[in-house]
Amino acid sequence: MYSLFTVKAEAAPRRIPFFSQAVKAGFPSPASDYVEAVLDFNDLLAADRATTFVLRAEGESMTGAAIFPGDYLVVDRALVARPEDVVIAALDGEFTVKRLRRRAGRFELAAENPSYPPVAVDESSELSIWGVVTYVIHGLRATGRPR
Amino acid sequence: MTVALVDCNGFYAACEKVFRPDLEHRPVVVLSNNDGCIVAMSREARNLGIPRGIPLFKARNLLDRENVAVFSSNYALYADLSRRVMDLLRSRIPLAEVYSIDEAFLQLDHLPEAPLPLCRRLRSDIRRGIGLPTSIGVAPTKVLAKIAAGRAKRLPGGLFALGEPAAGAESGLGEADVAAVLAETPVTGVWGIASGLAGRLKEKGIGSALELRDADDAWVKRHLTLTGLRIVWELRGIPSIALDDAPPAKKGIMSSRSFGRPVAELNELLEAVGDYTARAAAKLRAQGSLCRHIDIWLTTDRFRPGEPRYSGGTAVSLDDASDYLPDLVAAARRGLRSVFREGYRYKKVAVFLSGIEPRSGRQTGLFDDSDPRKDALSRVAASLRERFGPEALGCVPRRPGSDWDMRRECLSPRYTTSWTDLATARIG
Repeated sequence: MYSLFTVKAEAAPRRIPFFSQAVKAGFPSPASDYVEAVLDFNDLLAADRATTFVLRAEGESMTGAAIFPGDYLVVDRALVARPEDVVIAALDGEFTVKRLRRRAGRFELAAENPSYPPVAVDESSELSIWGVVTYVIHGLRATGRPR
Repeated sequence: MTVALVDCNGFYAACEKVFRPDLEHRPVVVLSNNDGCIVAMSREARNLGIPRGIPLFKARNLLDRENVAVFSSNYALYADLSRRVMDLLRSRIPLAEVYSIDEAFLQLDHLPEAPLPLCRRLRSDIRRGIGLPTSIGVAPTKVLAKIAAGRAKRLPGGLFALGEPAAGAESGLGEADVAAVLAETPVTGVWGIASGLAGRLKEKGIGSALELRDADDAWVKRHLTLTGLRIVWELRGIPSIALDDAPPAKKGIMSSRSFGRPVAELNELLEAVGDYTARAAAKLRAQGSLCRHIDIWLTTDRFRPGEPRYSGGTAVSLDDASDYLPDLVAAARRGLRSVFREGYRYKKVAVFLSGIEPRSGRQTGLFDDSDPRKDALSRVAASLRERFGPEALGCVPRRPGSDWDMRRECLSPRYTTSWTDLATARIG
């Protein structure tokens, strides 16, 4: 059948809530009035999407912070680092995962591993802190881990 | 009115440094498509006296001697960092116009914070949160803000205010000083004044922005049209060019690129045309539009002496406005076959989608046979590409080993847009 005019709806949004799919026959879903947005992990992990970046950990484990090689580190660069934060530090031209500590009124970048000595941070080297690690994404399955 | 222009300094080169702390103080240059010329430089590289636009082969010795880090253009990285800067600005300022990949105009009136402290904070938030240096010019109009931003670039504070209300006590300038700044600004350095106009302006005795500001309105309107008159009024501090926070849908979508090497085979050109059409079609869908025509254009290298030269183009019209990739690719391939000539080595192919109309207000033909399955298929294909990458599913799969793409030999990783390219941090 041909019609002169076709009224077309706007393009559908990309993320489609699971329950909104049309029911072909029978009663419409009684839950359709209660459809809410799907959970988006960005809401949880990236409070500020403009300043949140992802890096990948390598090297030895940082068991105190539950960080293991291959983990994804969610880093917010807008945050001001506070004592006990895990941070990404740019040291000797390399990104390093450290914990910011305060000892005797001074800041230092401490390694979990006692064989690395802590690095003192003074006001002038504040820029050596690249960002604050806010979340760690650690896959649990030995095989079939995504990517 | 108080307007600010935020400009990212040496944007491409600065982006290359964000994930490379080892490059913090090293000179960095970024190359054009096909690694031809130097198109962007860090401050350290500029200080070495490397001229912008110089071909790579001419600068090779200097780059090696000075230990300059050289990069191919990594558009995926630049586009993502640009989006972050613009998102940050928009989250703070209600009216912001993205003017280019590295510039945005902000409307600063009626905000709770005074313009200069606000701009100072924006600079440090972008520097800290995204890792990019910016300069900001503040002025009563867009044209003046652009001039102020150029000045700001040379100041350590990266901030310059021109004209009264914005200024405040600190770095503000009085009326006479605006004139002094305009007197030092060549007329071709004024936003919107094309360098081709320099000759005609000079005849009239106009060489500086100040002389243009004080030109006769009637003369300006006659020779530079109404657009020119608006620029002149803006130089006088009268807002005449509005901030545009919602750019209109594009009139046409172009996808074109030079090949990494000359291409003579029809098969290879068909692949390239399929690829460019897919890129253009993705933009078309993203803005919710349909197109009616596809222009195809191809050319040999103009700069290759002694080789036969040819360039040709054609327009193919679709039966119905469409965004359905298989239809677009089929039309584009038809167009290419009709302009292709055997025996030439081609440099570049362009695909241009025109006759753009919104999808929602579409007018259909009398015998509209549009198939709803096409739309469903397009949506599935788009979501597969989103999930598995742009190469996952296309209309014209690339043959293994085809190599006509851009030459990008010094490409940095796509740190922010690919899970396999993330920067690493050593635990220690």
